[in-house]
Amino acid sequence: MNGMIEIRFHGRGGQGAVTAARLLAEAAFAEGKYSQALPFFGAERRGAPVLAFTRIDSRPIRIRTQIYEPDYVVVLDPSLLEVVSVASGIKHDGLIVLNSKKNAQFSHAKTAFVDATSIAKEMLGVPITNTAMLGAFAKATKLVSLDSLINVTKGRFSGKLADKNIAAIKAAYEQTKVIT
Amino acid sequence: MKLPPSTIILKPGNSEQNETGSWRSLKPVVDAEKCNGCGLCWLYCPEPAITKGKPVVIDYRYCKGCGICANECPVKAIVMVEEGQK
Amino acid sequence: MKQLVTGDEAAAIAAKLARVKVISAYPITPQTIIVERLAEFVADGELDAEYIKVESEHSALSACLGSAAVGARTFTATSSQGLMLMSEILFVASGMRLPIVMANANRSLSAPLSIWCDQQDSVAVRDCGWIQLYCENNQEVLDSTIQAFRIAEESLLPVMVCFDGYILSHTAEPVEIPEQAEVDKFLPPYKYPYLLDPEKPITMGAVGVPEYYEEFRYMLQEAVLKSKEKIIEVGQAFGRQFGRKSDLIECYRSDDADVILLTMGSLSGSVKEVIDEYRGHDERVGLVKVRAFRPFPEKELVDSLAHAKAIAVLEKDFSPGSTGALFSDLSGTFVNSRKSPLLLNFICGLGGRDVSSLQIREATKAAMEAAKIGEVKKTVRWLGLRETMVGLKP
Repeated sequence: MNGMIEIRFHGRGGQGAVTAARLLAEAAFAEGKYSQALPFFGAERRGAPVLAFTRIDSRPIRIRTQIYEPDYVVVLDPSLLEVVSVASGIKHDGLIVLNSKKNAQFSHAKTAFVDATSIAKEMLGVPITNTAMLGAFAKATKLVSLDSLINVTKGRFSGKLADKNIAAIKAAYEQTKVIT
Repeated sequence: MKLPPSTIILKPGNSEQNETGSWRSLKPVVDAEKCNGCGLCWLYCPEPAITKGKPVVIDYRYCKGCGICANECPVKAIVMVEEGQK
Repeated sequence: MKQLVTGDEAAAIAAKLARVKVISAYPITPQTIIVERLAEFVADGELDAEYIKVESEHSALSACLGSAAVGARTFTATSSQGLMLMSEILFVASGMRLPIVMANANRSLSAPLSIWCDQQDSVAVRDCGWIQLYCENNQEVLDSTIQAFRIAEESLLPVMVCFDGYILSHTAEPVEIPEQAEVDKFLPPYKYPYLLDPEKPITMGAVGVPEYYEEFRYMLQEAVLKSKEKIIEVGQAFGRQFGRKSDLIECYRSDDADVILLTMGSLSGSVKEVIDEYRGHDERVGLVKVRAFRPFPEKELVDSLAHAKAIAVLEKDFSPGSTGALFSDLSGTFVNSRKSPLLLNFICGLGGRDVSSLQIREATKAAMEAAKIGEVKKTVRWLGLRETMVGLKP
C-alpha cells in the first residue's frame, strides 16, 4: 500500500454511515493495516445528511481532521446527489461509489454504482444501505477483501441479522458496475 | 503539630474535648421539687448535656444555654437564669 | 492484543482492567458509551464492582466521595454540563484528598447548546485541585486511565483523564489492550490510609476554621505540585512494563526548532503531520504537547521552549476577557526567566469546529513571521473565525 487512503461516507441519519465507516476500518485492521473510523455527528435526526470517515494506512495514523480530499467517496443514498456536493475535494484519480440505479458523471472522478436500496430492501427488509455499499466498495476498490468484510459483519451483528447483511454485501459485490 | 492531609480527625469522641459550656449566657436551673423525671428535656437537648433521672442532671461543661429544655418542660421545672446570677 | 476501539471503549476497558470496585456516573454524550460498557461489564459479571445509579452528576461524584473514603477503587466519567454540575464536589474530592479517577470526554459548554468537542469544560475547572491529563489518541486514553489510578492512590489526589469528545471518544482505531495479569502487577489493590470504617470511627471533611484553612490549602498545593514527580515515575514504570512511557509533556522535533507549536489533546496528532511537512521543506518547526495541564509543568516547558524564537499556542478553550488558559499559564512560566520566546495564542476548534491542516499551517506561518521580524503583531487570534459574521468585516 502506498500512502494513506482516505474514504468519505455520505449518508442520511439512520442509514448506517457511521457503522459503515467502522466496519471498513475493522476489515482493513483485520488485514493487518492501521485504520481509523471517525464519525461526524450532526444534530442527529433520521434523514439528515451525515458524514463519516475512514482512513487506512500501513503506518499508525496520527491525523484527526475531517477528510477534505478523499481518495474514495461512498454515497449511501441516491437523493444526496442533489443536496450535497459529494465529489467535493476528491483526488484526481479518485472514485465515487454510488447507491444508484444508474451512473452519474463527475468532472474528474471515476464512478461505480449499484442499486443498494433495492438490495437492502430485498435482503434486510429495510432501506439501510450501509452493508450493501461496503460490498460495492470492496468490488470497486479492492481495498479490502469480501471475506474480511463478511468476517467483521459477523462480529458486528449476530444470527439472522448477520446472515441478511452478508447476503446484502455479497449481492452488491456481484451487481456493482465499475465505470472506467 | 503536623496536620493530616485533610480535615481528618483520627480519634473518635473528640467533641468531648470541646467544652461548649463557656458559650452559655443563660443557664437552665432545675427545680428538683417540680421535676417529675419525664425525660422530655433529655430527649430534646441538642448537645446532649442532660442525664435522665428524677431530677434530671444538667452537665454545665457542655450546656450552651439554648433553653430548649426549659421550653419543653411540661411542669415548668426548668428556668433560665442569667449566667453569674446564681 | 490489539483491538479497534473508540476512546470511550478504551476508557471503559481501562477501568475494568484496573478492577474498579465502585462506579458512579450519569450518562451524557459523548461520554455515554463509557458508562454503558461498564454497566454491561458489571451486569455480565465480567467486573466485580458496584454500579451506583444516581439522578445527577452532582450525586454521582458525591457517591464517589463515600466509596473512595471507605477504600474502594472508584471511577466516574462525565462531560461538559455534567462536569459543571459536578463542580462543587470536584473541590470537595481534592480537598478531602480522595483518589477518584474520572474520564472526561471533552465537550463544549452551553450557551449556545453544543454537544461537540472543545476543552472549555475541563479547562473551566482547572483550579479544582484535580490532576488533569490530556490524551492525544485512544492508546493514551487507555494507558493514562490505568496510570491515573496509581498516580491518584499514591498522591492522594483525584485525577481527571481528559480526551476530546467524538474526535477520540467516538473514533475507532487500533489500541493495544494489556493482559489483566499485567495490569494487576502494575496496579496492586488500593489501600486508603485514612479509612472510613464504622469499627474505628474517624471524622472526615471537618470544618477548616480560619486558624487551619490556609494550612490545608497549602498542603493541597504542595501535593499537586509534588504529583509531577509521581506522574513521571508512574509513566516510566508503565513504560518499563508495557513499552509505552508517558511524561508530563512530549517533545516532537522541537529540540532545534525556531518555531514550536504547543497544544494539548487530540490536536497534537494533526499538528505532527503538519510539522513533518515543514521539516520536509527544511523549516525548523516542532511541537510540544502538554499531557499534564495540572500540575502545570512549568520547568519542563521553559526547558523545552526557551530556545525557540516563537511559540504558537493552539487551544480549544478561552477565558472570556482574557486569553486561552494554556497561553496565560505559559506566559506566567516565562515571567521570571531570562529569555522568553515570542508567544502567540490561537483559539480554535470551539464547539466541534474541525481544526484542519490549513488552520494549523496558518498558525505556524504566523509564528514563523513573528520569529522572523522579532515581534508579535496580534497576540490572540481565532482560527477559522468567519469575520463577516461577527461584524469584523462588512
